[in-house]
Amino acid sequence: MKHNASGAARLDATGTGAAPHGAAGYLLQLYIAGTTSQSARAIANIRKICEEHLEGHYELEVVDISQHPALAQGEQIVALPALIKKFPLPMRRFIGDMSQTARILRGLDLREETVKASSARRP
Amino acid sequence: MSKRPPALFKAPTGIQGLDEITGGGLPAGRPTLICGSAGCGKTMLAMEFLVRGATQFGEPGVFMMFEENAADLTANVRSLGFDLDKLAQQKMILLDYVHIERSEIEETGEYDLEGLFIRLGHAIDSIGAKRVVLDTVEALFAGLPNHAILRAELRRLFRWLKDRGITAVITGEKGESTITRYGLEEYVADCVIILDQRISEQICTRRLRVVKYRGTAHGTNEYPFLIGERGFSVLPITSLQLDHKASVARVPTGIERLDEMLGGQGVFRGSSVLVSGSSGTGKSSIGAKFVDAACSRGEKALLFAYEESSAQIVRNMRSIGIDLEPWLKKGLLQIHASRPTLHGLEQHLVMMHDAVRSFRPAVVVADPISNLTFERREPEVKPTLMRLTDFLKQQQITTLFTSLNSGGGATLEDSQMGVSSLMDTWLLLRNVEFNGERNRTIYVLKSRGMAHSNQVREFVMSDEGVDLVDVYAGDDRVLTGTARVAQEAHERAADEVRQQDHRRKLLHLAGKRKAIEAQIAALQVEAESEAAEVNFAIAQETLLEKTALQNSKAMAHLRGGAAGSNGQAKG
Repeated sequence: MKHNASGAARLDATGTGAAPHGAAGYLLQLYIAGTTSQSARAIANIRKICEEHLEGHYELEVVDISQHPALAQGEQIVALPALIKKFPLPMRRFIGDMSQTARILRGLDLREETVKASSARRP
Repeated sequence: MSKRPPALFKAPTGIQGLDEITGGGLPAGRPTLICGSAGCGKTMLAMEFLVRGATQFGEPGVFMMFEENAADLTANVRSLGFDLDKLAQQKMILLDYVHIERSEIEETGEYDLEGLFIRLGHAIDSIGAKRVVLDTVEALFAGLPNHAILRAELRRLFRWLKDRGITAVITGEKGESTITRYGLEEYVADCVIILDQRISEQICTRRLRVVKYRGTAHGTNEYPFLIGERGFSVLPITSLQLDHKASVARVPTGIERLDEMLGGQGVFRGSSVLVSGSSGTGKSSIGAKFVDAACSRGEKALLFAYEESSAQIVRNMRSIGIDLEPWLKKGLLQIHASRPTLHGLEQHLVMMHDAVRSFRPAVVVADPISNLTFERREPEVKPTLMRLTDFLKQQQITTLFTSLNSGGGATLEDSQMGVSSLMDTWLLLRNVEFNGERNRTIYVLKSRGMAHSNQVREFVMSDEGVDLVDVYAGDDRVLTGTARVAQEAHERAADEVRQQDHRRKLLHLAGKRKAIEAQIAALQVEAESEAAEVNFAIAQETLLEKTALQNSKAMAHLRGGAAGSNGQAKG
């Protein structure tokens, strides 16, 4: 939880928080600007991906950068919506409305088998 | 914040020369595009615009960089004397390094640059910025693959900046066939400035051109510019109109006889003097004397030397009785000695500008300017020197340039680089080779606005100083040096003989006169004695006559007998 400790009060943490991102846990931050349809799509898309593929071992923070503009510089925010995989390393960024699931999965280092396996696990 | 300033309101850059070309600065509240190839000074220009805005015009600024990080930039501009750390602490400048690593980024659907807007907006608001620099926003094209989105967003960004009334400078890399590689000029249409870097004769010259400036007149030429110790300087040619004051005050040259040749008082204050001649004709000595004279009057003098080092000048000038050392110590004199090949002509010019601006001298000597123009093409040289003389004239600084004539100065107009027309006074030094020796002669080729001598004088340097001597002009020839001295001695001898001859003739004449006078006296005496004899004879004869008459009367008396005294006769 140390990663979001600094901005915890301001962050709209919507992750399940079931498992700490210690061993295999993921820390993801989604930056959006305001409540646009693009933002809404991005939130919905990433939540879906997380729940389907990372269930139980991820933490997702959604940050509205228009509410916290000071964070933009530190986080190198340019294009929005932006997803930053803070953990595990290496850090990776995704920009867009998170509609390309395959790319995100590849970027999150979720191997095809894992993807398949988790898909298979689904009822 | 969306209040827009009047259309032609300008934001001064504070950059030397640029404000003159643009008629006051960049368009306030609008974006300006500065483009050029790598290393031509875009970032420096943008940074100086921001720093000067913060320090001189009280306008805080945001520098958003996309290529260099803040620490590097801070270090880079420190060499120009800009302390970004301090300005950042004072909340006058805010640096933001936007870093996009393509390899880290994955595109997953639609996005926009709202993040950049928020980030920039936050930066602007946090220091109340009036100026923004985006350097080089084109880096985004490399970082973000979707150029269609990027273009739309950049268009929106520039409009947004305009709406907020921000004076923005956007830099862009020069493209192959377009002004910028990604065609930013399409979006930034208010003012476009191109920087260019050219190598000619192994010397690099940077040039600036205002391609476009909507709604205002601007200089359209290419102007050389430099990044010197004090930052950016653009050297406009035409911005300096011929409107400098014409002083009637005179500045003595330090050589009395030369002043005499120049209407008796020397040159006008604020005028320019060209001293040209082949090597060894004494140009530097005249320059040194000029400087020396200024310092003795308590005025400040600046000497640019392109042949000798400072110490060498002091030593050499001492040999002709000019001691510059005390002036150096007193701080009245500064000598800037450098190799002309060290920099390009423009760079020298800027160094001269800087030195003149900081030292504020009354007199400037450049010795020699011909070295600066070494292997340079004439079209370049003239405007540069024109700028220099104009600048110095505007400051009412009296200037003396020396110029070396190559080829022994066979003809006057040789190698004057066409600068003679810029000069108010032109002194020509010539070596006259005759009778086994070389002698220096000087004459005033022109001197605007004053009666000046048309005579050739001999220029003599000795350990007592420099002076001018009348040449021997007689018998249809001009003689100098020992020939002059010999001729003068010869003349003196001839004169002596002539005078002795005269004396002899006069003596002779006097003797003759005396002899004649003696003769006259003798003749007079003779005449007198003759006259005396004649008188005596006359008197004798008269007496005889008288006696005879008396006798005859007596005889008659006696004979006629009126009285009867017949016997009383006289003998």
